[in-house]
Amino acid sequence: MSNPEGPITEDGVVKTNEPVSSAVAGPRAPTHRHEPHEPPRQHLPEKLFEKRRAVFPQHVDGFYRRVKYAILVVTLAIYYVTPWLRWDRGPYAPDQAVLVDIANRRFYMFGIEIWPHEFYFVAGLLIMAAIGLFLVTSAVGRAWCGYSCPQTVWTDLFQHVDRWIDGDRNAQAKLAKAPWGPRKIAKRGVKWSIYLAISFLTGGAWILYFADAPTLFREFFAGEAAPVAYITVAILTMTTFTLGGFMREQVCIYMCPWPRIQSAMLDERSLIVTYKDWRGEPRGSVKKAEKEPAKFGDCIDCLQCVAVCPTGIDIREGPQVGCITCALCIDACDRVMAEVGRPRGLIDYITLEDSQAEAAGEERKLPWRNLLRLRPIIYFGTWCAIGLALLFALGERSRIDISVAADRNPPFMLMSDGSVRNAYTIRLRNMESRPRQMQIALDGLPGALMWTDDTRREDAARQLVRNVPTDAVQAVRVYVVAPAGTEGQEFAFTVTSLDEGRESDSSDTRFDAPEG
Amino acid sequence: MANEHRGGKRVDEATGTETVGHEWDGIEELDTPMPRWWLWTFYATMVWSLVFVVLYPAWPLINQATAGVLGWSSRGELAKEMAEAEELKAPLRQALARIPIERLPEDTEMMRAAVAGGRAAYLVNCVQCHGAGAAGYEGYPNLNDDSWLWGGDLKAIEYTLVNGIRQPGHDQTRTSMMPAFEGILSSEEIGAVADYVLSLSGKAQPSPAGAQLYANNCAICHGPTGTGLREFGAPNLADAIWLYSGTREDVISQIAQPRHGVMPAWGGRLDPVTIKMLAAYVHSLGGGEDFVEVAEDPAVDVDEQP
Repeated sequence: MSNPEGPITEDGVVKTNEPVSSAVAGPRAPTHRHEPHEPPRQHLPEKLFEKRRAVFPQHVDGFYRRVKYAILVVTLAIYYVTPWLRWDRGPYAPDQAVLVDIANRRFYMFGIEIWPHEFYFVAGLLIMAAIGLFLVTSAVGRAWCGYSCPQTVWTDLFQHVDRWIDGDRNAQAKLAKAPWGPRKIAKRGVKWSIYLAISFLTGGAWILYFADAPTLFREFFAGEAAPVAYITVAILTMTTFTLGGFMREQVCIYMCPWPRIQSAMLDERSLIVTYKDWRGEPRGSVKKAEKEPAKFGDCIDCLQCVAVCPTGIDIREGPQVGCITCALCIDACDRVMAEVGRPRGLIDYITLEDSQAEAAGEERKLPWRNLLRLRPIIYFGTWCAIGLALLFALGERSRIDISVAADRNPPFMLMSDGSVRNAYTIRLRNMESRPRQMQIALDGLPGALMWTDDTRREDAARQLVRNVPTDAVQAVRVYVVAPAGTEGQEFAFTVTSLDEGRESDSSDTRFDAPEG
Repeated sequence: MANEHRGGKRVDEATGTETVGHEWDGIEELDTPMPRWWLWTFYATMVWSLVFVVLYPAWPLINQATAGVLGWSSRGELAKEMAEAEELKAPLRQALARIPIERLPEDTEMMRAAVAGGRAAYLVNCVQCHGAGAAGYEGYPNLNDDSWLWGGDLKAIEYTLVNGIRQPGHDQTRTSMMPAFEGILSSEEIGAVADYVLSLSGKAQPSPAGAQLYANNCAICHGPTGTGLREFGAPNLADAIWLYSGTREDVISQIAQPRHGVMPAWGGRLDPVTIKMLAAYVHSLGGGEDFVEVAEDPAVDVDEQP
């Protein structure tokens, strides 16, 4: 703001009732003039909308490009290989290592099996993923955007296809401008076919996470898979083709909420790709700089950083939402600096604060020092705490479970001999991959007996045994009858597995009786 | 903060973009042009809406909306789904029609399906009197307990459902007609009988006069020990369950001017399979009796219904 002292005017009078807008655009603010970057835009209707500027990023080699290659290969390998991994869970459960079995409401991940009632594990993982993104942002800036976001990975892949078919930056631009002729049609046909093949493989791999991969693979090509499989593949093929092949940086700039959120999370101590304007400006070619070395900075205005940018921005304009911090401009600039014999790092991974410190001639702090700030540590602590809590819950969770729902209508039933009957729906949950015998017993409620739909009242007892199938929930309707005069009271049902484990669980419920 | 004014609007220095002219606590909004493809998505929604208007009911007219080329309607959709559901149920209904009801419990799967179907039919046809939980009200029998006026095995329940209770003009209907004792017995005598009836379930002190009056007037239907008689639909007076309340006042009222409940004969209203399913449901509520055991007991022989 132009008024750092607060609402006090130059003559010392405290201004209270003046609207804030006048403080911004008031008589004092516009006293100094500046030259805007471009001439004022006219109020023309077509300016309401802006055509996408085509981006033809040039190939560049360097450290960050190699890191990106490595991450591209690793992330794509994870995506395509994971559904084919096997994991032995015994004869009663699927052997796919990672499987989201929506039909049977199970989620398998290696040794972990998640039931719908344990969805808090999934919720916990999602919260960890969110906090993990915060952590990454506060520690290393927009590294997710630059390296491992699927949109980035697939866009990178498609841009390699562009270079392979159309050639590098200049050839691509030339072909884009060229009129439609046999050569252009052929090239576009080949390129879009490759786009489509990649898109199909992307959508095709996705569905393998939701069913047994080898079976689904065979069924899919035999035309026997469920319609939803074909629909999903069609939709994902279309979205990959459009978003990866054509929308590209438009997704990052206009569709994705994450860059906007990160804009609010980044500060002057966030690791970002920074152009050291104090070193580069004013820009001038090598020839000019040789004539007047004192007048020009290190930037030779070769525009290599702009040429290689996959989102088509000019990093020298400063931090901006279009920068996904892929650092390819660092690679490009470092090569140029090496060629003209100037020190590397005109564009560098550096915080704005460190950049200022460097400008002031201070020793540059080591990058890891940025990790030892309060914010990353708090995020890391929270992330670890949730992770440990989930692991603890995972280790402690029971593989047997009883839940009881008492009939509410009617709450109790007077029998002809004066005794009182209550009915309950009991659900026994066997979370192990083998059938188990379970014994239900009454805990409390003296004199009471129970029977089920399958047994008769004459056989009523204090406990009963059920065979619960593997990995399943069994609902049992239980009638509990208590002698005449029994008052309403709390009691519990317990369940015990009749095997070497003797796992048990219990559920409190209430026995209702007529008053008086 | 650098500012450039044009027509009251400021140009932002960093981006060279005009602001929209609004400002909130120093925060301003840039008038960045929208991406053009965004406009195309807007046009696409327009095309979509036109296609939708042609294909589906859309324009509201005076009596109804335009029908749409596809002829789709939510009512038609429902009818289609109902027809599909009926088709799915057809094999079960055919099997249910073939099986005699006394053999239904042997087929666990079919029994379960019948109970589920019966629950649905119960909620449409029976809740009005017997209640959603089948617990009844005063004068409307509770179907959950183990007390049955006319028998509680599957066959007896089915018979009751088909023929109803005291259904006028129906010669197969279950009928019992307890006489009104007002005028036959004096009010003191009715009081004594009431005390005796209550004493059968330990709720009052009997008197010799009451016992004598009971033996002379009531035992023929309700039995010498008050256990009732299902052939006549005579209630068990010795148990804890009272259809018309068990207070002395209500018992006296029931002796003097008995109320007689009625139930419709469902035979002509519901198809035999639905009635079978209803019987299975009522039987499943916890008080259903075993057919074989009941048949062995001559006192409650339900094989020969009146």
